[in-house]
Amino acid sequence: MSAQHIVPLRVYFSVFAALLAFTALTVWVAYIDLGALNIYVALGIAATKASLVMLYFMHLKYSSRLAQLFSVSGFLWLALLLGFVLADENTRDWLHPPSGWAGQYEQAPASHDAPQTEH
Amino acid sequence: MSAATPVLPSEQTAPSYLTASFGIRSWLLTVDHKRVGLLYLATISVFFTIAGIFAGLIRLELLTPAGDMFQADTYNKLFTMHGMIMAFFFLIPSIPAVFGNFLLPLMIGARDVAFPKLNLLSWYVFSVGGLFSIISLVTGGVDTGWTFYTPYSSTYSNSSVITAGLGIFITGFSSILTGMNFMVTIHKMRAPGLTWFRLPLFVWAHYATSIIQVLATPVIAITIVLLALERILGAGIFDPRLGGDPVLFQHLFWFYSHPVVYIMVLPSMGVVSEIIACGARKRIFGYKIIAFSSLAIAVLGFLVWGHHMFVSGQSEYAGIVFSFLTMFIAVPSAIKVFNWMGTLYKGSIVYSTPMLYALGFIGLFTLGGLTGLFLATLAVDVHVHDTYFVVAHFHYVMVGGALFGYLGAIHFWWPKITGRLYPEAWGRLSAAIIFIGFNLTFFPQFVLGYLGMPRRYHAYPEEFQVLNVMSTAGATILAIGYMMPVIYLIWSMRYGKRASSNPWGATGLEWETASPPPTENFEGTPVVTRGAYAYAEEGAVVR
Amino acid sequence: MSANTLEAAAEESHGLVAHQFDDAEQQHEAATLGMWAFLVTEVLFFGGLMLGYAVFRSKFPDAFSAGSHELDVGLGAFNTVILIISSLTMAMAVHSGQVGNKKGVALFLVLTLLFGGIFLGVKGVEYADKFEHHLIPGLLFDYHGEAGAGVNPKNVELFFFLYFAMTGVHALHMIIGAGIVLVWLLPRALQGAYGSEYSSPIEMFGLYWHFVDIVWIFLYPLLYLVGRHQ
Repeated sequence: MSAQHIVPLRVYFSVFAALLAFTALTVWVAYIDLGALNIYVALGIAATKASLVMLYFMHLKYSSRLAQLFSVSGFLWLALLLGFVLADENTRDWLHPPSGWAGQYEQAPASHDAPQTEH
Repeated sequence: MSAATPVLPSEQTAPSYLTASFGIRSWLLTVDHKRVGLLYLATISVFFTIAGIFAGLIRLELLTPAGDMFQADTYNKLFTMHGMIMAFFFLIPSIPAVFGNFLLPLMIGARDVAFPKLNLLSWYVFSVGGLFSIISLVTGGVDTGWTFYTPYSSTYSNSSVITAGLGIFITGFSSILTGMNFMVTIHKMRAPGLTWFRLPLFVWAHYATSIIQVLATPVIAITIVLLALERILGAGIFDPRLGGDPVLFQHLFWFYSHPVVYIMVLPSMGVVSEIIACGARKRIFGYKIIAFSSLAIAVLGFLVWGHHMFVSGQSEYAGIVFSFLTMFIAVPSAIKVFNWMGTLYKGSIVYSTPMLYALGFIGLFTLGGLTGLFLATLAVDVHVHDTYFVVAHFHYVMVGGALFGYLGAIHFWWPKITGRLYPEAWGRLSAAIIFIGFNLTFFPQFVLGYLGMPRRYHAYPEEFQVLNVMSTAGATILAIGYMMPVIYLIWSMRYGKRASSNPWGATGLEWETASPPPTENFEGTPVVTRGAYAYAEEGAVVR
Repeated sequence: MSANTLEAAAEESHGLVAHQFDDAEQQHEAATLGMWAFLVTEVLFFGGLMLGYAVFRSKFPDAFSAGSHELDVGLGAFNTVILIISSLTMAMAVHSGQVGNKKGVALFLVLTLLFGGIFLGVKGVEYADKFEHHLIPGLLFDYHGEAGAGVNPKNVELFFFLYFAMTGVHALHMIIGAGIVLVWLLPRALQGAYGSEYSSPIEMFGLYWHFVDIVWIFLYPLLYLVGRHQ
């Protein structure tokens, strides 16, 4: 990385204006019914704003590849956490016990053991 | 490595880091990475002793089938405090905080780490966190298990959960600071000519460890915050009464706590690479692949945490995915084992104390790792989850693995750190006693678990007594084995033979400076012209 | 000479470059990398809260909507703008340092502090309002909003738990940041310590401050703008 890059002030002001505009946009869009898309639009606008802050205010655009890699990996790992856990939470009731299971369990203790309960 | 003639004690010009300044202020305000490493050594040894005493009490209780020595609540506190202190206040710092701190700048030819003041801060932070865990002990202990599962920890337990949690939260920052420091140090402060693929594998191991420390530790931090909030407010996201999910706690907890076991074992693997190469007088077989396998373990370690949760109520599909992914993590570890065997093959092996620990590591970690595959298999895990099978598995990898690496490191670098040689015969004897004691303690536990003895129980059916007695006998031998190095190492600091700069005839920049090194590590900046492990090469290091 | 202790190290630093570094560029690069590594930990720290949010919003969308309606969109938007302004002033502080405008550094730090303070003040107002309406999770929680019959007040309590956890941790980060400026950066800036040869601490703090802004950029729509079209 070469000596510090000095970002021109007009870039800062342009980014600032864009951030304000996107804030207004996100409020405006929130009042429009896009159904399931609302959350994704909101996140998309937020991600855009965040990217502007990172690239220009935080100088990521002018930083070393390594710094850029660090910043991306943070969000990547977060995506990992969210992805796997949401996958679990949303598939909990996909698999049902074999039919007759509940019936077996409700009977009085028979010759074989009751099915192992989760703990 | 530039081949240099060993610096003998009488030729030392600059004072060593140990004698450069005296007095408690010079230690408590030090920014010298070597002194910080020793500060950590002292502190973690205290915690090891405390946690070890708890282990002794556990094994004493388990001599008899009846829960006759402690009440159930007390016993719960014993195993909780044992696990918590061992994991967070001994194993996680152990090699990185002591040997990473001491050796990394030396190995890369630097004057210090990138952020020496942050380094000192990390020790203070660690100590404050440790203090809170002692306070939690004194205020009655914690009885939730080191895993703090909700809803017991969040709602029902009457023990010092928040205090203990605070201790772990604070200590986590120490881990993060160390990880940050090491990553930047390795990236930015290598000596001229020291490219990535000329680095010792110890350095690669610590780089991989640092990745995990940075990415995983914050998640346990926020988990503890959420747990504490729930305890304080009486409401939270783990509370089913609000529609919350206790299993979510487990996800957050294990997202950190699985990678954390690789924080414990990766540095140990780095140590083993160094010792094996030196002990076999041969370059490491498959250097690049060992380096990459360290990174692979670091990354893959983040993809498998659900294997702790197969019977928790997690979705079966998630279970299948986690089980599948867990199989993969065996691969880079196995690759390392094969490469170490490849290094030993046709080497001229010296059975020094460090070598005994390194060889012990290879065998015991392999066994522990293989039993991990048993546990990763869904159908098997349903039966052995929460039994002594699990306890045996993780002790094999954490003690037989991580701790053996730590003990090997202590002996291997002792001459460098103290400038003294420890008595080799006693070293070997202790290693043998520890090996025997360890196996006698934990192998019976595999059998016990397989036969169905649950973990965290202080009473058990009569038929399990013989194996339990064997285990306690082993623990006694192990305890004796642990105490021996304490005695002879301390003895050596005063009466041991003085060490030359390279008593093992090992490669590595740390061996090219005095034992103990001067404060700035080297006189001038070393220039590196060859790869690591240049054993048996022309112009290589001579003993 | 051995830089064995904090005092000795301070003495031995040749000019503005610490003893372990070879030159200012290495020092600056190291500091930047170190700061980014720290921010990565912050992403994962807040990320845990985001996970909780994601899980329960998908489970209880109506309760989250009801809870969100209790928050003031206007105040939240105002705070968002305030924080964006404070990010601009922080960027200006860094810029001033880089071009050697030492007075500018101090000025813009003060402005950043000011806007940060306004943000926290508004948050205090909001929290007080929640307290009055019995929306603090726990024993005193009592939801009496206009949510439909399908909404379980307990789930609304879950929303507010996340609201307070997320905004609370965020506010804590802002307080810590403000503290750093007040106790460390501003006094030094007023002494003219930060100029074109050395303004690294301002830059590094700037990274931290911008990150805290980014967190709020996500928090605002996630907490205040749920189900507003209904």
